[in-house]
Amino acid sequence: MQRPRLPTPSSARSSARGPSRLLRGYRPLRPGSDASDQRAERGRLRARMVTLVLACLTLMALDHHPGAGSPLEQAREAMGAVLGPVESGTSAAIRPVSSVGEWFTSKRTMQHDIATLQSENARLRSQQATTQYQRHQLEEFQGLTSAAGTLGQALVPAHVVAYGPAQSFSRTVTIDAGSAAGVHPDQTVLNDDGLVGRVLRVTRTTATVLLIVDTRSVVGGRSGASMKVGFLTGRGGLGDNGTLELQLVDQAEAPAKGDTIVTWGSRDGAPYVSGVPIGRVTAVYASLRESSQRAVIQPYVDFSALDLVGVVVPSGTASDRGVIEADGSLR
Amino acid sequence: MRWSRATVAGGLVVVALVLQVAVFPQLAWEGIVPDLCLLVVVAAALVRGPAFAATLGFAAGLLLDLAPPADHVAGRWALALVVVGYVAGLMRQDTRTPATTALATVAVSSLVGTSVYALSGLLLGDSVGSAAELARVVLVALLWDVMLTPLVLPVVMRVLSRLEPAGAR
Repeated sequence: MQRPRLPTPSSARSSARGPSRLLRGYRPLRPGSDASDQRAERGRLRARMVTLVLACLTLMALDHHPGAGSPLEQAREAMGAVLGPVESGTSAAIRPVSSVGEWFTSKRTMQHDIATLQSENARLRSQQATTQYQRHQLEEFQGLTSAAGTLGQALVPAHVVAYGPAQSFSRTVTIDAGSAAGVHPDQTVLNDDGLVGRVLRVTRTTATVLLIVDTRSVVGGRSGASMKVGFLTGRGGLGDNGTLELQLVDQAEAPAKGDTIVTWGSRDGAPYVSGVPIGRVTAVYASLRESSQRAVIQPYVDFSALDLVGVVVPSGTASDRGVIEADGSLR
Repeated sequence: MRWSRATVAGGLVVVALVLQVAVFPQLAWEGIVPDLCLLVVVAAALVRGPAFAATLGFAAGLLLDLAPPADHVAGRWALALVVVGYVAGLMRQDTRTPATTALATVAVSSLVGTSVYALSGLLLGDSVGSAAELARVVLVALLWDVMLTPLVLPVVMRVLSRLEPAGAR
């Protein structure tokens, strides 16, 4: 397809300006030239627009169900293989710069202190939460089997190198560990505060992670106090807005404010292993229409400031980096 | 000349994408980052008109749809940026683009781009969140884009107009 001609010098063009141009769609490109020339020009633009829009619609139709079956998955993989290392490199290059800034400005330093204290606080709280949960597990004689399962987990450390923009209305991040590090789709991602999300797809050096605050994310959760199970759905926000919604399976039961929620766990630990702290109940609403209880969960993880995360892999996984084993040793 | 222009424009888009996902999240407000790819498409539209900008918009959108960490139906950003390229191209002027026109074009483009993206999500059943959330994201994105316009647009427009064939401008 030929691209439209370039404009001629602007001397005789003032007639083409004005609001009517928007209505007419496209201004005449060659004032003074014959009308058929202009018509051809406009026809070419129209043809190109139709082609491009049709191409977009075709892509949407082909990719209507993203996932393993989509023909565009290979294109995604190829794009990730090329751009993933670029993103990792840029992020690694910018990390020292962005942390140096915090040392110089006092406000930033204080913010940093607050963040450190908050994360420490959150860690202590989640420790308390897990203790509560574990006490219950022991009481119900499930502790041993579950603990054995938990002990079988090893972690691959990774940095978050890219965030999906909020304008895309999905909450995904890229981490710099891929299949070469032993990461596979449907593995649990967590950090020292709690559950982060699960791996959606991997390339050799990077992986895309769906955060639990995404509206498509559903996690099986268990109340640490009552041991009731339910499902947590993301609400799409980050930071203070990054809350989850909990709907208990037993709808007569109301979660109490301040309860801690941990993962319920799935078969073979995919996509979520059990016993990872998720968050704390901050509010409970009763929905008369659906005759059920909804609870709002504030996650322990601060999703607007993710950096170091761990991917849960089976013990003994071959990896291109050190793997943190369940007993705390580095291999 | 044609191929070198395509290569340079493509390079600009890739740089914009990497900055958008890997660098700007450090400065993001609740995850909303300036839409650098959109700014590049608007700059192309103001320099070269709707046909070129729509094509570049398609390429940039495809990149946004496929590069990690994107996980939505492919073609949504492509469609949004094709529309942006066309709309912004209509604002092109033959003389130097005045700053107010550039700012207004960016504001309209940002609004149109994010809205088309959100609408396609509604039609396809992808998640877009509540109406309030949507309005907030659209507005903050618009502010970001307008704020970055004085920094990004002149540079990109100069690079692109360097590549115009001699005598065209």
